Amino acid sequence: MALLHAAGSKVSSLKEKRSLLPYLLLAPGILWLFAFFILPIVNLAQTSTQTPLANGDTGSYEQTFRFANYIDAFVDNKEQFSRSFIYAFLATALALAIAYPLAYGIAFKSGKYKNLLLVLVVAPFFTSFLLRTIAWKQILGEEGPVISVFRGLHIIGQNTSLTASAFAVVTGLTYNFLPFMTLPLYASLERIDPRTMEAAGDLYANAFTTFRKVTLPLSLPGVVAGTLLTFIPAAGDYVNAAILGNPNTKMLGNVIESRFFKIVDYPTAAALSFTLMTAILVLVTIYIRKAGTEELV
Amino acid sequence: MRITWWFRKNLIRVYMILGFTYLFIPVAYTFAFSFNNGGKSNLVWKGFTLGNWQNPCGAPDVCVALGNSIRVGVISTVLATILGTLIAFAIGRHQFKGRSTINTLIFLPMATPEVVLGASLLAMFLNLGINPGFWPVVIAHVMFCISFVVVTVKARIASLDPRLEQAAMDLYANEFETFRKVTLPLVAPGIAGAALLAFSLSFDDFIITNFNSGTLTTFPKFVYVASARGIPPQANVIGSAMFFLALFIVIAGQLVSRRKAR
Repeated sequence: MALLHAAGSKVSSLKEKRSLLPYLLLAPGILWLFAFFILPIVNLAQTSTQTPLANGDTGSYEQTFRFANYIDAFVDNKEQFSRSFIYAFLATALALAIAYPLAYGIAFKSGKYKNLLLVLVVAPFFTSFLLRTIAWKQILGEEGPVISVFRGLHIIGQNTSLTASAFAVVTGLTYNFLPFMTLPLYASLERIDPRTMEAAGDLYANAFTTFRKVTLPLSLPGVVAGTLLTFIPAAGDYVNAAILGNPNTKMLGNVIESRFFKIVDYPTAAALSFTLMTAILVLVTIYIRKAGTEELV
Repeated sequence: MRITWWFRKNLIRVYMILGFTYLFIPVAYTFAFSFNNGGKSNLVWKGFTLGNWQNPCGAPDVCVALGNSIRVGVISTVLATILGTLIAFAIGRHQFKGRSTINTLIFLPMATPEVVLGASLLAMFLNLGINPGFWPVVIAHVMFCISFVVVTVKARIASLDPRLEQAAMDLYANEFETFRKVTLPLVAPGIAGAALLAFSLSFDDFIITNFNSGTLTTFPKFVYVASARGIPPQANVIGSAMFFLALFIVIAGQLVSRRKAR
């Protein structure tokens, strides 16, 4: 009886240890995220309602809970705001159109070269994305090879440029985040049992119907993950607009950056950041609800 | 019917070739212009030279920036990989309360635009009187790399066959031995992949770094600043070298794991 009791207490102490272990594993990383992600966001919310000190230096602000900062920031920058979302939407749609057949081909049509092709999708990442964006600027630029061909063939007018335009910014965004779109698409396509597609064919579905009724619905989780991973960074990006755009293609990221560094207007920058983050989170939540996938990470 | 099948099959092939060409045009351009005898500004082709490759530090400050990027990258990768792997094991192997909160906390940094992450962290550092520089950049990089490490390692843990661990336990290995001799070696490729991902994210980051670096120059920051007056070809050398190095590591890693699998 005593022995049994001892065994029982040993088991319970093991259980206790077990229940503590996950928290010990979680603690360091979660504390890091709390200190350097959650707290800064809270601090940002606070900063967004500050106002300049009366007769103070530029860059000094006091906490006044002035929520009108949000309205001012939004009204002043509504163009850049809508531009960010339109560009990000266009880039996401383009990236989806380019990446889907690519991922499909890698998953189903490349046999033993599958892994190699997958590595090649990620490979451009390793050349700095700034170098690649600047490379596009030079390839499409006035001294590059593309523009003279396009002008020679009268595809574009003699005075039209390819760079410093909305077109260049959107293509830059599309290019930049293409691997983020391709990888999740590949992951969900690769998981599809090819027998489901064969079965559709056996039931007299043609190739298009098979794709529409079987392949596409089964790859939807990849579409959701890929579009999110493209849309979110694209909406907040300012590098493409800075390198490939002109003053009329500035996105919200450019405004936040310049408010912070050039004008030291922290409250407006904070209000814009917070609005951008909230807008994206709301869009993402609606989108995930509509698409009906919960498992993202 | 046969013609449409042929066309369909090859349409995908043709499309893939076009897609990969699109992906690699700027990479090829960067590589080609690393051989340009262009001096300080690398805008127009002026003749072939190996000089840039023989002297990659030839341009002022480019190697200082590279050194900073490597230092930041290595420290951030080590820290983020350790912290992220611990979280991944907690989520993948243990039951605990608050799991969905933890999952949300892991997902949120990935769903937040970089400009917000960078700006919010800088605002907090300024409020606390901490000057931007090397350590703030490392702190920021660890923060945004953790989530990617967790996702990568968690996927690897989830793909493990639980019977392998049960077999080890059946053979009288205790929990620690099972972990060290069975679980950890099986998860190791996932951890290595996560570390490579973390390093490339850190090495390539510009936006968050730009907010928190103050006077510290990293390689992407060097390129961005230089782009206003023309990027020296040495930057192309470093970009291309990183590309081939990473490609080599990834392919070598795949070959090793394939040989082990045999």
